[in-house]
Amino acid sequence: MTPLVDIRNISIAFGGVQAVDDVSIDLFPGEVVGLLGHNGAGKSTLIKILSGAYKADSGEIWIDGERATINSPRDARAYNIETIHQTLALADNLPAPANLFLGRELRTMFGFLDDSRMEAETTKIMARLNPNFKKIAEPVSALSGGQRQSVAIARAVYFNARILIMDEPTAALGVHETKMVADLIMELKAQGLGIFLISHDTREMMDLCDRVSVMKNGQLIGTERVEDVTEDDILSMIIMGKKAEKAA
Amino acid sequence: MSTPDTPNRTQSGGQKANKKSLIDALELDTRLLGMIGAFILVAIVFNVLTDGRFLTPRNIFNLTIQTVSVAIMATGMVFVIVTRHIDLSVGALLATCSAVMAMMQTAWLPQFLDLPLGHPLIPWLAIAAGIITGGVIGAFQGWLTGYLLIPAFIVTLGGLLVWRNAAWYLTNGQTIGPLDSTFQMFGGINGTMGEFWSWVVGIAATLAALAALWAKRRDKQRHEFPVKPLWAEVALGGVIAGAILGLIGVLNSYQVPAARLQRDFAARGETMPEGFTAAYGLPISVLLLIIVAVVMTVIARRTALGRYIFATGGNPQAAELSGINTRMLTVKVFAIMGALCAISAVVASARLTNHSNDIGTLDELRVIAAAVIGGTALAGGIGTIYGAILGALIMQSLQSGMAMVGVDAPLQNIVVGSVLVLAVLIDIIYRRRTGKG
Repeated sequence: MTPLVDIRNISIAFGGVQAVDDVSIDLFPGEVVGLLGHNGAGKSTLIKILSGAYKADSGEIWIDGERATINSPRDARAYNIETIHQTLALADNLPAPANLFLGRELRTMFGFLDDSRMEAETTKIMARLNPNFKKIAEPVSALSGGQRQSVAIARAVYFNARILIMDEPTAALGVHETKMVADLIMELKAQGLGIFLISHDTREMMDLCDRVSVMKNGQLIGTERVEDVTEDDILSMIIMGKKAEKAA
Repeated sequence: MSTPDTPNRTQSGGQKANKKSLIDALELDTRLLGMIGAFILVAIVFNVLTDGRFLTPRNIFNLTIQTVSVAIMATGMVFVIVTRHIDLSVGALLATCSAVMAMMQTAWLPQFLDLPLGHPLIPWLAIAAGIITGGVIGAFQGWLTGYLLIPAFIVTLGGLLVWRNAAWYLTNGQTIGPLDSTFQMFGGINGTMGEFWSWVVGIAATLAALAALWAKRRDKQRHEFPVKPLWAEVALGGVIAGAILGLIGVLNSYQVPAARLQRDFAARGETMPEGFTAAYGLPISVLLLIIVAVVMTVIARRTALGRYIFATGGNPQAAELSGINTRMLTVKVFAIMGALCAISAVVASARLTNHSNDIGTLDELRVIAAAVIGGTALAGGIGTIYGAILGALIMQSLQSGMAMVGVDAPLQNIVVGSVLVLAVLIDIIYRRRTGKG
């Protein structure tokens, strides 16, 4: 089976710092791959290369068995890669529909923005993702963390993402909302999406992911199937930067 | 939230809810109401202080034509400030555009294209050259800001010195005039539409506004969104129609002095019929401002460009991650600002009937103040076109009003400066209370 995404030998340096150093990771349809590591381990940087925010110094990205060129967020979107960034990447002064369709606005036949249709579409998808979501017309600054997260997720779901990147999707959420996001990840996975998940919460990662990759100082320490390792093994990989001795 | 409170609080809450629902029903912008209120207050106070001279048709006419130049630029400044930039060069850029247009009319076109003075193409070619000049210089400053990442404050501070003195070199520091007579029609009192055409424009504008209201309502109904009660819609339409037609009525009641009419008739080789009167009506410059305001509002609200301007102002990173080319956006925003400086230059120089060296001096401060008084937040992401125009009108009313009352010039500036700071303070408090922005 060809992987959905095959990241091969990616490197990038900022100034003198090697933020990502020769990292290779793959992702299959219907799979959740977790990226773990300390702050500054290079997880977010790696993911930003895939989502087009940064350009790698070297290495290749293959999608569906073909070499992909991703130089901008627009390119990434063309490959159906959607990203939910750690900072949520919402324009706080605009309401949910404007954010959901940002950069991909629906137009009327004269080329003007079709705000009513965007609002109607937003209402529809929100009813599915987060039935409690009512503040369609208000700026997203007026929303709770969970509601803002739903807007970011709705953006990915609405445009039929095949590859979803979630950078700390539950960091700012309460218990209930975290559960909602976890359920959604499972649902999207069942639909055949490939998901890269970044989190600091090892426990959560063991529950949600099929495989986890651990990074330290820009290097990939290793990728393990979650059923093959214990949480302690993962923790020691994160801390020691060494592959655990396999118990079996 | 939905749990019942103590009876006492529920009651007061109920009253509050009633009051709120009236404003909600009309879907009025409370900030807009506040600004209109402030403007009416200023007008009434000066009207009392001047024994009724402030709110005469003549003074209202003068106020509108004095406001146009700053107001046109203020609409562009909204976009600049919303994207978290600033443009300190607008007054100087106005001078450069004015110099280019003046030289086109009086020297370059007659010399290089052999167009005789007074040729009908001259004003239009001059205006086109001015707008291109403004747009290109604006785009260049936007490129320095967006692509070379020099802060807009520095780029345009430099621009203030550069363009003011580029204008000087274009004209050798001389006053250039008189400008083409058709060109002068854009200046205000030298170009008004007369009673009949003013009513035509007023009625057309009213119908267009009502049609827009109706179309919006239909559109909402089609998507099954809640709509305002019909009475609220009708009331709003009535207020808008009343405001437009009221303004036209006032401008139409400002009579052209008999001596001037006689001169005009004499110039055409006719004699003035006994008892002939004519009103000035809507100045062409004010019509120009209205057109600019409508176009800029449509850009802000109905186009992707406007959406990206506001999104970038709200969160530049988010805009970039959404695939918006924020660098190019900066170039576009400054190019629009430059083109608007040129349009203002048409109005300002036409009003003076010549280009002078100091044209537009300190306009950058008036323009920024108008935008900020009009509710544009320097932190970015928030601002409206109508707010900036109202801001310009409030500033001009203060200035003219104080001049009419006989306030010393230094004190006038002290008051205007204080009002600017106070307006921003009120805005900050308003936002904090309503949680908007």
